[in-house]
Amino acid sequence: MVRVITSVLRYRAALQISPLSLALLFFLVGPVIMIMIMSFYEFTGFMTVPDATLENYVELFTSSLTGINYLQTLKMVGITWVVTLVLGFTLAYFLVFDLIELRTKLLLFLLCVVPFWTSSVIRMVAWVPFLGKEGIINKFVLWTGISSEPLQFLLFSEFAVFLSYIQIFTLFMMAPLFNVMARINRDLIEAARDNGASGIQILWHVIIPLCKPGIAIGTIFVVSLVASDFAAVSLLGGQRVGTVSISMIIQMNMAQYPPSSATGVILLLVVLLIVGGIMRVVDVRKQL
Amino acid sequence: MRKTSSDKSKTGVSRRSVLKGTAAVAGVAAATQLSGGFPTVWSQDIKDLTLRSTGGPWSHFQLLENMANEDLDFTVQLTPVGLDEIQKRGLTQTGSSDLFEPAYLQMKFFWPTGKFQPWDTTKLPEWDTVVDLYKAPGKIWPDAWFGQGQNPSTVSYTSGPDGTDFVEPGSTQWLTAHPVLHNADTLGIRPDLIGRPIDSWAELINPEFAGKAALVSFPTIGLMDAATAFEAAGELTYGDKGNMTQDEIDYSVDRLIQLKNDGHWRALWSAFNESVQLMVNGEVVIQSMWSPAVTAVRAQGVPCVYQDLKEGYRSWTTGHVMPSHLEGKMIGAAYDYVTWYHTGRVGAMFAKQGYYVVTPDNTRKVLPEAEWDFWYEGKPATVDIYDPFGNLMEKPGTIRDGGSYKNRMGRVAIWNSTMDENKYLTRRWAEFIAA
Repeated sequence: MVRVITSVLRYRAALQISPLSLALLFFLVGPVIMIMIMSFYEFTGFMTVPDATLENYVELFTSSLTGINYLQTLKMVGITWVVTLVLGFTLAYFLVFDLIELRTKLLLFLLCVVPFWTSSVIRMVAWVPFLGKEGIINKFVLWTGISSEPLQFLLFSEFAVFLSYIQIFTLFMMAPLFNVMARINRDLIEAARDNGASGIQILWHVIIPLCKPGIAIGTIFVVSLVASDFAAVSLLGGQRVGTVSISMIIQMNMAQYPPSSATGVILLLVVLLIVGGIMRVVDVRKQL
Repeated sequence: MRKTSSDKSKTGVSRRSVLKGTAAVAGVAAATQLSGGFPTVWSQDIKDLTLRSTGGPWSHFQLLENMANEDLDFTVQLTPVGLDEIQKRGLTQTGSSDLFEPAYLQMKFFWPTGKFQPWDTTKLPEWDTVVDLYKAPGKIWPDAWFGQGQNPSTVSYTSGPDGTDFVEPGSTQWLTAHPVLHNADTLGIRPDLIGRPIDSWAELINPEFAGKAALVSFPTIGLMDAATAFEAAGELTYGDKGNMTQDEIDYSVDRLIQLKNDGHWRALWSAFNESVQLMVNGEVVIQSMWSPAVTAVRAQGVPCVYQDLKEGYRSWTTGHVMPSHLEGKMIGAAYDYVTWYHTGRVGAMFAKQGYYVVTPDNTRKVLPEAEWDFWYEGKPATVDIYDPFGNLMEKPGTIRDGGSYKNRMGRVAIWNSTMDENKYLTRRWAEFIAA
C-alpha cells in the first residue's frame, strides 16, 4: 500500500515538473545542442556545410585573438564582480542590520528594484546624455573649469561599460545577499558580542561565512551576465572594447555561424567551469 | 495660412500619384494580357494568398504595405529587420518569409545555398525598363564608372532554374535577385563644426579630426571606407578595394589599429540611430553614414551634409530573392508583386526618401516634375519638398547633397562587397575591435 502511494507521489512529482522541464528542453537544451552541432560544421568562407570538422576549434585555440578577447572578458567580469560585491554587500547589510522596521526595509528594497521596470538596454542608453561630449557631466566640467576640453573617457570607453554593468548588476548581487542575511540568526551575533568579538570580527567570522551562499548565487548571476553581454559593450563601449561576445557578433554578421558557434560553446564551457567551481566551494543547495 | 496651402499641394500630389500609379498598373495588366500568359494566369484565385517579405526598415514599412494592399489582389505583409538579421533569417529560417530583400553584398552568402530560386526575365514585363547596371556590361550609363568590388551585374545572373552559381551578365534569362533599390553612400560631416570645405575621403583619417571621427562597424564596409581614405591620402594604391588581398587587409587593419591607439576613432556604430546620435550630440564631425541618417540629423535642426567627394561614392543595392519553397500561385504572387513594385508609384515614393528604385523611367511617369528635378536632376527645389510621410524636408532653393542621379550613381568608386578573403578579413577586423 505504502509502495503504491509513493510511486503515485513520485509520478505526480514528475508530472508537476514536466511543463518546466519540457520548456527548458525545447528552449534551452535543444538550441544549445544545435549550437554544438553547428560548431563542427565547415565554413568555406561564404557557406556553411554540414560536416564533422574540428577546424573551428583548432582555429579558435591557435588564434592570438582568442586570448586577447578572453583576457578582456575576464577583466570585465573580475572588476564588475569586485565592485558589485562590495556595493551589494554594503547595501544588503544596511537594509538588514541597520534598519529596524521591516516596512522600511522592504520599501527601500523595492526602491532598488524600480529601475528594473525598464529594459536594460534603455538603462544603458540613458547614460549617453550624461556622459557624452555635450553631456551633463562634461558641461559641468567645462563650466567649473576642471578641464578646458570635454572628458572623452566618459563615453565610448571601458569606463562607460563598467558604469552600466555596476548600475545594472549590483541588484543581482544584493538580492541574494539580502536574502541570506535576513535569515541569519541574531542570537549568533549576540553570542559573538558576549564573547568579546569586535564589530569587524563579527563581520569577518560570523556574517561573511554565513553569507557565502548569497555571494555564490550573486557571483553566478554577475559572471554569466557580464560574460554574455554585448549590448553595453556595443552601445557604451562604442564597439572599441573587444570581448568574446563581440567577436561572436562580428562573426555572425558575416554569416560565419560555425566559427561563431565554436566560440559560443567554449564561452559556455568557461562560464560553466566557473559556476561549477563556485558550487564546489559553497554548497548553495544545502543553504537555500 | 501657409500650412493650408502646403497641405493642399501635398494632397494634390499624392492624389495625382495615386491616379497615375493606378493607371500604370492597369497599363501593365493590359500589356501582359495582350502578350498572353503571364502574370494573368496566376492572377486568378489569389485573393486569399499572403505574400510575406522580409527586408530592411528602409524598404519595409507600413506605407509601402498599404500601397501594395491597395493595388494588388492578394495580401502583402512586410517585416522590417536589420541587415544582419535579413541574412540570419534568410539563411537559417528561409521558410519564415516568401521574399527576402538582402543587399547585393550578401548575395555570395545567399545564392550558393540553393535555398532560393531564380527569376525568369522573360516573365518580368518590367525587365526592359530596369537600368543597365544589372545587365552587361554592368554600367548604369555607358560613361558611368564600373567601380571596384562587387559590381551588381557580376552576381545578377545564374546558369539555369536550379543554378547556384553566378554567370556572365545577360548570358541567361535567370536572375539571382530582382533588383529593388540603389543609392550612393559617402561621408556625413558637420559643416558647422568643421568650418572648411571637405572634398576628399582622406579627411576621414586627417589627424585634425582625432577623437571626432567614426566608422561603421560592419566589417567589410568599414574596411572599404577606411581603405578609400588611405588610398585618397596617397598611402597605398589598392588593386581592388572591394576585394583586397591579405597584404592589403593587413595594411589597412594595422593602420586602423594605429589610428585607434592614437584616439582617432570616437566610436564605431552598428545601428542607424547610433550614427544619428553621434552626429547630433557633436561626438563626431565626420563619419561613415547612410543617407536617411543624414536626413534624420537635419530633422533635429543640426546641420549635416552628405558630402560629395572627388574620389566618388561607395554604392549599394538591394534585391528581392525568392525562396525555393514558393510554388504555383505563390510564385505568381511574387512575380506580380515585383512587377507592381516597378511600375512607378513605388519608385516615386522612394524617390522622396532619396532612394532610387531601379526603374527610373517609370518613376518619372509618376513623380511630379518639380520633384523629379530636385531628386534626380540635382536642380534647386522650386517647391516645398516633402518626404513620403508628409514631413517637410527642404525649402525651395535647396539642392540635394551630391547633386544629380548621374553625379552619384555615375561616379561609383566602389561597391559594397563580400571579399574572397572574407574569413581572414573578419578575424583581422575583430583584432581591430579588440586592440
